[in-house]
Amino acid sequence: MQPSSTPSSANLAGWLYVSPLVLVLVPFFVAPILVVLAASFFATDGFGGLTPGFTLANYIEVLHSSLTLKLYLATIKFTVLTWVFTLIIGFFVAYFLVFHVRNQLLAIGLFLLCTVPFWTSNIIRMISWIPLLGKEGLINQALLATGIIHQPLEVLLFSDLAVVIAYVHQLTIFMIVPIFNSMARIDKKLIEAAIDAGASRFDIMRLIVVPMSKSGIALGTIFVVSIVMGDFFVVKVMSGGGSASVVSAFYEDVGVLQYPTAAASAMLLTLVLVAIVALILRTVDIRQEITR
Amino acid sequence: MTIERGDIELAGVCKSFDGVTNVVDGVNLRIADGAYCCFIGPSGCGKTTILRMIAGHEDPTAGEIVIGGQNVVGLAPVQRRTAMMFQSYALFPHLTVRENIAFALRVRGMSKTDRLRAADAMIEKVRLTQFADRLPAQLSGGQQQRVALARAAITEPRVLLLDEPLSALDEQLRVQMRQELRRMQQELGITFIHVTHTQLEAIALADLVVVMELGKIKQAGPAREVYAHPHDRYVAEFMGGQNVLTGRVEKVNGASFVLAQGVTDGIEVPLPPRPTVSIGDQIDIAVRRDDVILVRPGQALPAGCKSPLPGRVLAIEYQGYFVKVMLDATPDDDFVAYVPEKIFFADPFIVGDAVLATWATDRARPLA
Repeated sequence: MQPSSTPSSANLAGWLYVSPLVLVLVPFFVAPILVVLAASFFATDGFGGLTPGFTLANYIEVLHSSLTLKLYLATIKFTVLTWVFTLIIGFFVAYFLVFHVRNQLLAIGLFLLCTVPFWTSNIIRMISWIPLLGKEGLINQALLATGIIHQPLEVLLFSDLAVVIAYVHQLTIFMIVPIFNSMARIDKKLIEAAIDAGASRFDIMRLIVVPMSKSGIALGTIFVVSIVMGDFFVVKVMSGGGSASVVSAFYEDVGVLQYPTAAASAMLLTLVLVAIVALILRTVDIRQEITR
Repeated sequence: MTIERGDIELAGVCKSFDGVTNVVDGVNLRIADGAYCCFIGPSGCGKTTILRMIAGHEDPTAGEIVIGGQNVVGLAPVQRRTAMMFQSYALFPHLTVRENIAFALRVRGMSKTDRLRAADAMIEKVRLTQFADRLPAQLSGGQQQRVALARAAITEPRVLLLDEPLSALDEQLRVQMRQELRRMQQELGITFIHVTHTQLEAIALADLVVVMELGKIKQAGPAREVYAHPHDRYVAEFMGGQNVLTGRVEKVNGASFVLAQGVTDGIEVPLPPRPTVSIGDQIDIAVRRDDVILVRPGQALPAGCKSPLPGRVLAIEYQGYFVKVMLDATPDDDFVAYVPEKIFFADPFIVGDAVLATWATDRARPLA
């Protein structure tokens, strides 16, 4: 047997340790990105055929289009709104589960209950908003019956409001889980020490719980932001086609066989997302927070 | 209605978590203002629960807790003017030393400059000035302990409650921090209540030692009284330093009585001031381990010593200034003599030697 301290076998062991991750990441992440990257520099004959080569025309087209900025603004609006609401709801649900449910079994039970919506498909979850929010839906009927409104509210369904509602519904769990996780690791003695020092409930939340949940909030933010920015389906269905997002635009490109332009848009979005995630990681040192 | 004095009175205090068993069972105790009081007992004896009830982190099921003449049951810790130093310190990991210490002032609404100035003064008092901007994780155990102490003391409480403050430290540091605690207590001039399970810590620090078992106080008194004059077998064995012997009273004559013991022809024990001993009683007596004198069979007993216990040396431990000699002189094989080093090595015993254990008759004490 070789002594494991020799450089070559240590190297080999290192490669063996990372090989499972490499085996997953290379075919499912690195390769597709490279394919898209290559395609974004190709020319097209307009009928789906690609001409290998190197041209920046696709990027110039995407960056010159006034539509691009508009789409990014629309997408960022959805992202920010969804982020704000999922953060508020996710934070307080996690806070309640960790600090107010004394019985650990009950807390875990309630936590699992939060995942119940995921037992049905995404599409069904969206469609089920229609009988609630629609023109003849429950909310409009109730409001009409109580006499608060005299005309059904059109803004409830097939609108930006509906898009945000659907996003929040789908993505709050992605906030709850990491925030719950980081809150659960806060030593209850710290809360007691804060009470002993005279801190109010609000002080404790502001000065202890929020700063110590930072890593969870950052992780949840990464999940929510990257999912919303990379989505087109919810926007399409819930806005009734009235709104668009970055992805829905290049989905259209794919539909009309403009693969290189779609690829260039996709690369641009990837860069924007990488920048956002880098910004989040700069603000919160997740690695340090987790190992603390 | 601020509380100005730190004297504490516990009256019939009970605590039950499940409604069936009392973790703290009818505790009555008076602690003087500015005293250093140590609660000591095995884990689960209720000492920490008492501390938490005084601090206001638990409410008693029954009874009154009076601080400075005011019943504080139901009041928040701030209103009681108590402060607690938690076991393993519970320092806020995301705040620096200075911010940790200033925390209580911050939530009281003190301005930033004022509270940081007050914190810096306190940091100097606990000699942490060069570490003021570090996070707790970057400090050693002893430094963390000083931060915890400073954080608790910054609000000028009347009573400081310490939950096993030294248990996370290694032996050498523990002795050092013990002195620091005492120094802080004298400097601040406030009541300290300290929970521990280390006998040495309690008697080294406390003006008032409270020995507990199963939610009840077994004995409360000055350190020397509790150590040298334990009230009963439990206290004697828990505080250590005593040999406890059991026997039947054979004779009561004037100032002493004779205890029959299987292995010997009777041990003479002086009577307590109020004799409650009568012939036939089953009774425990205590003899301090450092009062025991070991002689070889056949040697003359020292003056004032009677009725030696014969035994064999089971084990010998060198402790530095004395030697711990364990004998099989009692049925439970738990008879120990602390022999001064010089005397022991003048004529050393080895394991297996037959010896006689004796003591001056007036050194034996009956236990309740």
